[in-house]
Amino acid sequence: MDIHEYQAKTILREYGIATPPGGLAYSPDQAVYQSQEIGGERWVVKAQVHTGGRGKAGGIIVCDDDEQVYEAAEELLGKRLVTPQTGARGKGVYRLYIEEASSIASEIYLAFVLDRSSERIVCVASAEGGTEIEEIAEHSPEALHREAIEPAVGLQGFQARNLAFSIGLDHSLIQPWSTLLAQCYRAFRDLDATLLEINPLVVTEDNHLLALDAKMSFDDNATFRHPTVSEFRDKSQEDPRERAAIDRGLSYVGLEGTIGCIINGAGLAMATMDMIKHAGGEPANFLDIGGGASPERVTKAFNLVLSDDNVEAVLVNIFAGINRCDWVAEGVVQAMNTLDVKVPVVVRLSGTNAEEGKRILDESGIGLVTARTLAEAGAKAVEATRQGAKL
Amino acid sequence: MSIIVDQDTKVIVQGITGRLCSFHTEDMLSYGTNIVGGVTPGRSGEHVHGVPVFDTVRKAVDATGANASIVFVPPPFAADAIMEAADAGIATCVCITDGIPVQDMMKVKRYMMRYRRDDRMQLIGPNCAGVISPGRALLGIMPSHIFMEGRVGVIGRSGTLGYEAASQMKELGIGISTSVGIGGDPINGSSFRDHLASFEADPSTDLVVLIGEIGGPQEAEAAEYARDEMSKPVIAYIAGLTAPPGRTMGHAGAIVTTRGESAAEKVEILRDCGVTVVERPSEFGVTAKLSLERLYAST
Repeated sequence: MDIHEYQAKTILREYGIATPPGGLAYSPDQAVYQSQEIGGERWVVKAQVHTGGRGKAGGIIVCDDDEQVYEAAEELLGKRLVTPQTGARGKGVYRLYIEEASSIASEIYLAFVLDRSSERIVCVASAEGGTEIEEIAEHSPEALHREAIEPAVGLQGFQARNLAFSIGLDHSLIQPWSTLLAQCYRAFRDLDATLLEINPLVVTEDNHLLALDAKMSFDDNATFRHPTVSEFRDKSQEDPRERAAIDRGLSYVGLEGTIGCIINGAGLAMATMDMIKHAGGEPANFLDIGGGASPERVTKAFNLVLSDDNVEAVLVNIFAGINRCDWVAEGVVQAMNTLDVKVPVVVRLSGTNAEEGKRILDESGIGLVTARTLAEAGAKAVEATRQGAKL
Repeated sequence: MSIIVDQDTKVIVQGITGRLCSFHTEDMLSYGTNIVGGVTPGRSGEHVHGVPVFDTVRKAVDATGANASIVFVPPPFAADAIMEAADAGIATCVCITDGIPVQDMMKVKRYMMRYRRDDRMQLIGPNCAGVISPGRALLGIMPSHIFMEGRVGVIGRSGTLGYEAASQMKELGIGISTSVGIGGDPINGSSFRDHLASFEADPSTDLVVLIGEIGGPQEAEAAEYARDEMSKPVIAYIAGLTAPPGRTMGHAGAIVTTRGESAAEKVEILRDCGVTVVERPSEFGVTAKLSLERLYAST
C-alpha cells in the first residue's frame, strides 16, 4: 500500500525527523491560507499523487507570492498527472501540500528497502540526491552505497558512519545523520514498511538535515496490525477496477489488451496470459479468483472483467485443487444468466470435479466455447476476439 | 526414493482444528501420509479424523516422535508456529499459509540461524501448495490424483501452474519423484537452489522441472547452480511475460522491481546457463518428454 508524501512526513515527524513546515490544501483558497500560515517568502505547491517523478511531470510548482500559489493550486487540482510510473491514464490530483521553500546547500538520496537477495532491510545512500534511483543505478552504480541491516540487532552506528563517509558528508553532520538513519529504520521496522525513500534529503544552508520529499509503502499483509497506516489509504489513487477487486476479495491488475481473464492461482494466471500472447492476443487483465471459489465469487469476477470496455472475449481457465470445477461452472452459468454478456466466453476446466463441471455447462444450453488444454484455451480465446471483430 | 517426504515421515499438523485444515488432514490421511498428531493450543485431548491433538509442538513431538510438520495457522500467528516447530526439533516444516508479513519471515529466517546448518529445520513455503512424493506421501493441498509416480523432480512457486505441469506430463506417461512448492512470497524458507541440490543427490530423479515467475533473484541463482553443480538436466519455465513492471501479480513476490527480474531477462539467464527453456506453458509435457528421451538415448 502506498501513501502520500504529506502522510509519510507526518510519520517521519513522529519519529523525530525534521521536515519543512507545510500544510494540506483541497482548494486554491486553502492553498493561499496555508502559505500565509506557514509564513516565509517562497513556497512550493506539491501535487499529492501516488507516483515518483512528480517534479518532471509538472506536479511541483515554486511560488513567490499568494497570487502564484493560488494559480498553481488552480492549475494542479483536478489535473491528471502522467509520469513514467503511472501509465498513460495518469493519476488524479485532489490534494495539495504547501511547503515553505528551503535553502539547499546539497542533496542526498536516502532509502530503506527490503532486499530479497540478502533477506534483510537494506539502507541505500548516494550523494546524487534529487535524481531518481533508477537513473543513478543506470549511470553511476558506484555512487550508490548500501548497508544490510541485521534484524536481530538493528542498524548499527558504524553502518551509518560507513554511509556518511562514503557519500562525503560533512563531519559536523555525522551525529545527526546517524540519529536520522536510526529513526528511519525504526519507522520502517515498527510499521512494516516495504519502502522508505527520502529523495532528496537536503543539507540546508545553515547546515541541518531536512527531509524535502518522502515516500513510503507498506506490506499489505501487515496492515492488520497498523490501523493508523490503513487509514492513510487513498482510494482516489487506485485504478477503479482494482479498487473494486480489493473490496471483493479478488486479486486483479488491469492491462491494455482485449481478452478478459478469470483464472485460479497467480502462477496459472500469469501463464495463461503468456499463452494468450503466444497465440497472438493481448490479455486485458490479471485476475486470480483464489482457492475455494464459490459460484458467487465467479459471478463477481465476471462482473469485474466485463466492466472493462476493451474486453472482446473472456477466458475462464481453472485448474482446481482446493477449488471445485462444478462450483466454478455454476458460477459461469449464473453469470451468463444474470449479466448481459455480449462477448464470447471460452471455458477450460481441469482438476477436481472437472467432469461434473463440464456436464453443468453442457446442460445449461448456454453458448460457450469449451477448451480441453491450455494451448487450446489460448488459441480459442484469440480466435473469439477475431470473430467478434468481424461481426 | 524421493526427497523431503516419504511413507516413513511422521507428520504433525499445526492448526489442525481449523475447518480448511481439517479437510486437508483427511485428504492427506487418505493418501497414506503418516500423520501422527496435530497441534492447536488449548485443544489437547481432542481428536481430528482420529488424530490426537496436542497443546504445543514440543508435547506432540515428545509423544509421537514426529519429524515433520505442516502449518495451516492463520497469517498473524504463522511465523510463531514455524519457530515453535524449529524449537521442538522438527526436521522438515511445510507452511501453506498465504499472507505472512514479510518482516515476520525475516525474523523466522534469522531465528533459524541459531541452529547449526546440519541441525537446521528445512522450511518449505510459506504460501505454497506443499510437497508430494507420488505413491508415498502428501504434505500439502494439491489434488493428488494428477501426480503420477515417476522419475522427474518438480520445483515451482505456484500451486496451480504446478498442477498444470504435472497433468501435462501424466498425459504423456511421465511421472514425478517429488513435487515441491517453494511459494510465492518475497522471502521463502527454501529456494530453487536448495531443492535442485536435493534432486541432484536423489538417485530416483533423472530430470528436474523448474517453474519460476517474475520477481526476485532466485531463478538466476538456480540457473548458475544448474550450470556449475548439476549433472542432471534441468528444464525451466518463467511465468509473467506479459506482466507490467512494478505491479504485484497476485503472489506478494511476483513483482519486477530491479533489473534481471522480468520473465524475458530470467529466460535469457537460464538459457545462458544451459538450461532448456519451456517456451510456452502448454509445453511442459513435450519438453520433459524430449529431454528424457535425449537423456536415456545417451546412457
